[in-house]
Amino acid sequence: MTVTAGKEATRSVGTGLTRVEGREKVTGAARYAAEVPFPDLAHGWLVLSTAARGRIRSVETAPVLAMPGVLEVLHHGNALPVDAGFVIPLLGTPPDSLVALFQDDRIPCAGWPAALVVAETSEQAREAAEALVVHYETEPHDILLSGDRPDAVALDSQVTGPGVTLKGDLEAELAASSFVVDAQYTTPQEHHNPMEPHAAVARWHEGTLEVVDANQGSGYIAQLLAQLFSLDPATVRVRAEHVGGGFGGKGQISVHQVAAVMAATKLERPVRVVLTRRQVFALTGYRSATVQRVRLGADADGRLRALSHRCLAMTSTTYDFAEPTTAVARVMYDADAHHTSNEIVRLDVPTPSFMRSPGETPGAFALECAMDELAEKSGIDPIELRIRNEPERGPVSGLPFSSRNVVACFQEGARRFGWSERDPRPGIRRDGRWLIGTGTAAATHLVMSVPSTAAVTAEPDGTFTVRIGASDIGTGARTTLTMIAAEALDVVPDRVRIHIGDSSLPPAVIALGSTGTRSWGWAIKIAVDELRNMLIPGMTIPPEGITARSDTTAAVVGLMQNAPKERHTYGAHFAEAAVDTTTGEVRVRRMLGVFAAGPIVNPLTARSQLTGGMIWGISMALHEEAVLDEVTGGIVGADLASYHIAAHADVPKVEATWVEEPPDPDDPVGLKGIGELGNVGPAAAIANAVWHATGVRHRHLPIRPDRVLSALSDTVRGKATR
Amino acid sequence: MKEFQYQRAGDVPGAVALLAADPEARFLGGGTNLVDLMKCGVERPARLVDIRRLPLDRIEPSREGGLRIGATVTNSDLAAHAEVRSRYPALAQAVLAGASGQLRNMATVGGNLLQRTRCPYFADLAKPCNKRAPGSGCPAITGEHHNHAILGASDHCVATHPSDMGVALTAFDAIVQYETAEGPGELPLTEFYLPVGDSPHRETALPPGALITGVTLPPARVAANSRYRKVRERASYAFAMGSIAAALDVRDGIVHDVRLAFGAVASRPWRARAAERLLVGRPADAEAFAAAADAELAAARPLAGNAYKVTLIRNLVVSELTTLVQEGTR
Repeated sequence: MTVTAGKEATRSVGTGLTRVEGREKVTGAARYAAEVPFPDLAHGWLVLSTAARGRIRSVETAPVLAMPGVLEVLHHGNALPVDAGFVIPLLGTPPDSLVALFQDDRIPCAGWPAALVVAETSEQAREAAEALVVHYETEPHDILLSGDRPDAVALDSQVTGPGVTLKGDLEAELAASSFVVDAQYTTPQEHHNPMEPHAAVARWHEGTLEVVDANQGSGYIAQLLAQLFSLDPATVRVRAEHVGGGFGGKGQISVHQVAAVMAATKLERPVRVVLTRRQVFALTGYRSATVQRVRLGADADGRLRALSHRCLAMTSTTYDFAEPTTAVARVMYDADAHHTSNEIVRLDVPTPSFMRSPGETPGAFALECAMDELAEKSGIDPIELRIRNEPERGPVSGLPFSSRNVVACFQEGARRFGWSERDPRPGIRRDGRWLIGTGTAAATHLVMSVPSTAAVTAEPDGTFTVRIGASDIGTGARTTLTMIAAEALDVVPDRVRIHIGDSSLPPAVIALGSTGTRSWGWAIKIAVDELRNMLIPGMTIPPEGITARSDTTAAVVGLMQNAPKERHTYGAHFAEAAVDTTTGEVRVRRMLGVFAAGPIVNPLTARSQLTGGMIWGISMALHEEAVLDEVTGGIVGADLASYHIAAHADVPKVEATWVEEPPDPDDPVGLKGIGELGNVGPAAAIANAVWHATGVRHRHLPIRPDRVLSALSDTVRGKATR
Repeated sequence: MKEFQYQRAGDVPGAVALLAADPEARFLGGGTNLVDLMKCGVERPARLVDIRRLPLDRIEPSREGGLRIGATVTNSDLAAHAEVRSRYPALAQAVLAGASGQLRNMATVGGNLLQRTRCPYFADLAKPCNKRAPGSGCPAITGEHHNHAILGASDHCVATHPSDMGVALTAFDAIVQYETAEGPGELPLTEFYLPVGDSPHRETALPPGALITGVTLPPARVAANSRYRKVRERASYAFAMGSIAAALDVRDGIVHDVRLAFGAVASRPWRARAAERLLVGRPADAEAFAAAADAELAAARPLAGNAYKVTLIRNLVVSELTTLVQEGTR
């Protein structure tokens, strides 16, 4: 066709587009990593350590190698060498030594991979793996996280920022405060639990290592696999076309990929490794338990004089990961004395990792509950208290905010939720056997952009092809990027074809930190702008099309250097909870989230992201908890029967909406990200509603029936002895 | 997982004979628990004898005027049966409080009684468990046990029986019928489960190789005014933290007849006979209900992390019996 001038007058951004791959997914045509068929496929099954610390003395391979179908047992005695000493640019550190699979006999924690059994069928591999006897030399292990660990250290990190921030004299400001809150909040270990377990198939094909994987960024994984196995990056191709959830748990190179590559290389045939749910719990990271102390001091009018948020989390002995729990405190509220610290204790446990809104989620629980306690003490409405403490500039950075519409969220939410009719007194509303309460909490999440590249091709048939190494881990990114491209091209989305989830595509950031839509969208927009310059009205498109490429590196760096600002999304959560004081049952009756997150590209998928995050909040508040067994060092009940998340019956009317937020004029991309925002704050809103219902504060999650009952009996006993 | 033979039994004697011929065989009902346990390696049968098509899927009036429920009746059919709903409402409620619609469509009455504990240590081969591996120890006693037993447990095992249905059946004096190669037999449900003692791996008094053929509910007027209430960690699809089946017949303000059984407090559905004895002939009021609960719970030996169950069960006794008083006089 020939290029014509003029517009089709099409708007994509802001309209609701159903998922472009929706039909494939609901008909089962979409294939996930564990389902893609390969001829001559062998199956690997991991054997995990039952020792919580020590060494592997021996692996009894002979009986297992004699079992039907068994091809190989890989372990520290016969594994291919790998080099895990390289620095990952994104993290600024080498990878967790977990990926140096079977390189030595050391066992740093329960569930550490000890061997991989490969067999002709998955069932044979599993049977043999379960029969494999591994002898361990055990050492005493230490898995106990508590608030008074003397070995806690504050950790600075490239990703999670400084360990400590200090401003002003905390003790003096607390002493001068009219109202003081000083409380410890704790959250349990939580797991991502994407519906799709981690899986990878690896094969060598015509000199190229091909990996079909479940990950959050195929280009990134390909790069790391190349480094780990000392391969030319051009000979490694990783694909993850459809991914059944990630939440941060598929963001890093992990055991399933390394095991599949090692086995496929050694056996010279395709090998698939699929983790069981129990192995997903053990091997793929989690959100650390946290012990948080929040101290707030306020004037008579509620203005904060002192804010201190100290968080203790755990990490492994193999990698320093610090849950950046005080991220919310560093942005949300200022005070004359403002202290924050993220501290870690190194324990004999697997390494925690980024889990949906890492840091912000547990941090918001503590800080937003503490603000509610300050509201109670000062007699100031919780929303009014937050409005009075709106900072002019970043409390730690001193930078201006690019946009900050948290007050608008609270005001709109209060109107919709009926907040003005709320009686602040706790424990006085009853509906049958239920005590009723309402609560609120603020939300915020960092807005980042990460350099990415894209290619956009004008095809001779009038369609356009977008190529970008982006990922759709179930968020709707494929659809959102199609809309962004269509909008930039002034065409309907039907005329845009998009290719993502493949390391052979132009490199782009992995799906992390709510940066995808913004970073990938930016690369697509620049490529489209470039393509417009290349398309001259009247010209004929050649058969191979006309392709424009982009690289946002300079633009991203330029924005950070030329317009340094506090860039965040915001929101206000509202929850109504019912508590049965005879049984301890808590039910959330309704939830409302109002968000300010810049222009919303696709209201359909955005709403799903936000309500999905809020439902995560229900699970966090009431259900989710992984318990470590002190004797064996492993998780008790690492399955979805024991590890509870909200069932449909727990999810009431959940409404998410947003306020208009024009783009920051200094920001050329204009978009923010909403993948994690909905999950920041809802647990606090629910916990605050439980207090409002019962008059009892729950500072430990989840608020299980046994804890509600025990706290109520303690309260009754307390009153009786007073 | 271990390879196994699969055979479908044609009739009851054939099923019993197949099992008698192979000590490593198991009956397969709905498979909703057995197959899970096979996948995680706790159960390793060499042979499955599928009994779902045996002619044991009827609910019929019994000779004594009660109901006889076939062993392969599904949970869904049991809960939907008109006679069950009208004469033993707590039983229908208990069944509906368990699992999910999909699981209830598969799960059978016989299988429900024989399901294994959901103690997380039991299902995890990487951890000790006296029930799964006798003599290996019970880490739950000092470990994670907030949902473990407060009644009838031992130093060897503190696991609970997970059934909801069994709690209602226990309250209503159900009798379990079975068939063996030597002939038929029966056991009251209250004697069906063995005390834990030092052999938690031995769970029932069924003779080896026995096939449960059905459950008989005796006629009981009191059962028509009954309720089942289950408290769990989420609103659906979770095992109980505490549950109660209660039936009450009040005449002139005095308890004429009462049935009480508790779930999730012991290795078996717990029939609260001490509480029942105390209540008959007493005024039907909250004070009497609480005193009866306390009498039953005097035997409770809670662990460090599950003392709340004593409060929970006491509260449930009072609230459910109080509700039954109101409903019975309506």
